[in-house]
Amino acid sequence: MKTSLKGTLGMAAALAGLTLGTGLMAGEDDNLIVNEEIEMTVRAPAPEHVDAFDTIYSGWVFRSDETQALQADDFDNPAFVFVDTAIDSWNTVDGTEGKSCASCHEDPMESMAGVRAVYPKWNEQAGEVRTLEMQVNGCRTEQMGAEPWKYDGTDMVNMTALISVPSRGMPVDVSFDGPEREMWEKGKELYYTRTGQLELACANCHEDHYGDMIRADHLSQGQINGFPVYRLKNAKLNSAHARFKGCIRDTRAHTFAPGSDEFVALELYVATRGNGLSVEAPSVRN
Amino acid sequence: MAKGVKPRVKVPKSAAAGETVTIKTLISHKMESGQRKDSDGNLIPRSIINRFHVTFNGQEVIDVTIEPAVSTNPYFEFEAVVPEAGEFAFTWYDDDGSVYETSNAVAIA
Amino acid sequence: MDLTRRDALALGASTFALTLLPFRASAAADDAIATFTGGAATSDGGVSLTTPEIAENGNTVPVSVDAPGAVAIAIFAAGNPTPEVVTAKFGPLAGSQALSTRIRLAGTQDVVAVAQMADGSFAKASNTVKVTIGGCGG
Repeated sequence: MKTSLKGTLGMAAALAGLTLGTGLMAGEDDNLIVNEEIEMTVRAPAPEHVDAFDTIYSGWVFRSDETQALQADDFDNPAFVFVDTAIDSWNTVDGTEGKSCASCHEDPMESMAGVRAVYPKWNEQAGEVRTLEMQVNGCRTEQMGAEPWKYDGTDMVNMTALISVPSRGMPVDVSFDGPEREMWEKGKELYYTRTGQLELACANCHEDHYGDMIRADHLSQGQINGFPVYRLKNAKLNSAHARFKGCIRDTRAHTFAPGSDEFVALELYVATRGNGLSVEAPSVRN
Repeated sequence: MAKGVKPRVKVPKSAAAGETVTIKTLISHKMESGQRKDSDGNLIPRSIINRFHVTFNGQEVIDVTIEPAVSTNPYFEFEAVVPEAGEFAFTWYDDDGSVYETSNAVAIA
Repeated sequence: MDLTRRDALALGASTFALTLLPFRASAAADDAIATFTGGAATSDGGVSLTTPEIAENGNTVPVSVDAPGAVAIAIFAAGNPTPEVVTAKFGPLAGSQALSTRIRLAGTQDVVAVAQMADGSFAKASNTVKVTIGGCGG
């Protein structure tokens, strides 16, 4: 009850903000270099299939100087305390087969390099598009004989953050012209479908109004190259599906569930809109 | 002991004798303020890290009393003098009586 | 007292304006500072306090304080339900009398740093931090 009232007020104010947007961006010319080493591409030419803009921007560009600074050093980035936790679970044997992640994949900093950049990805054997989360649970149930983790639970989001670390700085390069095309088209349709009592599609905010104020905040292009993200708001890692759920809830719609076909399709489509930006995960946002 | 509490510290591995070094520390902790209510309207009891203490070879560097207004996953950055080779000892004290400790050796370069 | 419609409107407007004012100071903050200083007077200067002008989220606001020669520094958030934030005591191996941390601010308010100097005097610095309400709840 409390949440829905807040949501209602929030969206009413947000709508007012939309019409009063100022087109400001916090760090339009800033560049992100992590640990004085990894040069991130935070703006890039838009992929050909994205008609709405010429340039795509990482969500980092829209944040305040203080929030931006938190991502420039892995020690200042609070996400890394959760990455440390995931390293422990990477090395922990679980399930009937007596295996840990490390039993097959050894050092994640080597074996997982490049993985985040190409997910979600078609899995030929399974005949489906798989997100990183689905792949992790595939390993757990099929290889380890372990219970699957909750799709957007803490264990899972910490693990996908760890898996993302060695891909940082690599360009997002998610395919959409192979057998995954059908899911991609479904995701695209969802992106442009208005939902909820407020009748807002993803595109209404993130294409039509990025850079504008939504209440006291700058709307981003809704890129997911930084996911999972550590949010100052809830001081933990957040998956892309959890963010999708929040956005759709804010349109006052019943949302899809994290891990649902709809959100897998949407993640695939949204990921390809960021092809060319760097993998930033785990990033820091407000 | 609260679940999943994990300290991180960043200390140079070596320093010149008498050098001032920068130290950063973070510990994963929810820092429940005691101000929030659960969905039934009951106050969620306070559960925080209430003290953070740093020594080098047993000598005092900094001793911080922490209140609920410090953010989740408490972060501290400060400077310390390294007079000789030795070890920094970091200690966090939890409301529930748990004590989290970690230490880092520093060599003289 | 007879209120005309116009008076009532004016009264309403001024009440509204009041609710928009940031928490500048509070009795609780004054009491907390007095507890730290033992009631001694505080002077300005000698303490530098760095805070963002606008905080993107009140949950995690970076704060740095530096008071050369201090033996202890306390930080207060004047508009929080309990104003105390941290008190740092510096030992002989402190490299400086400085500390950075991340704090919670319940709304736009003053952040106050009070330093206890080696001679027993107290110095103070204060900054207003605007805390914005974000866009989408997520």
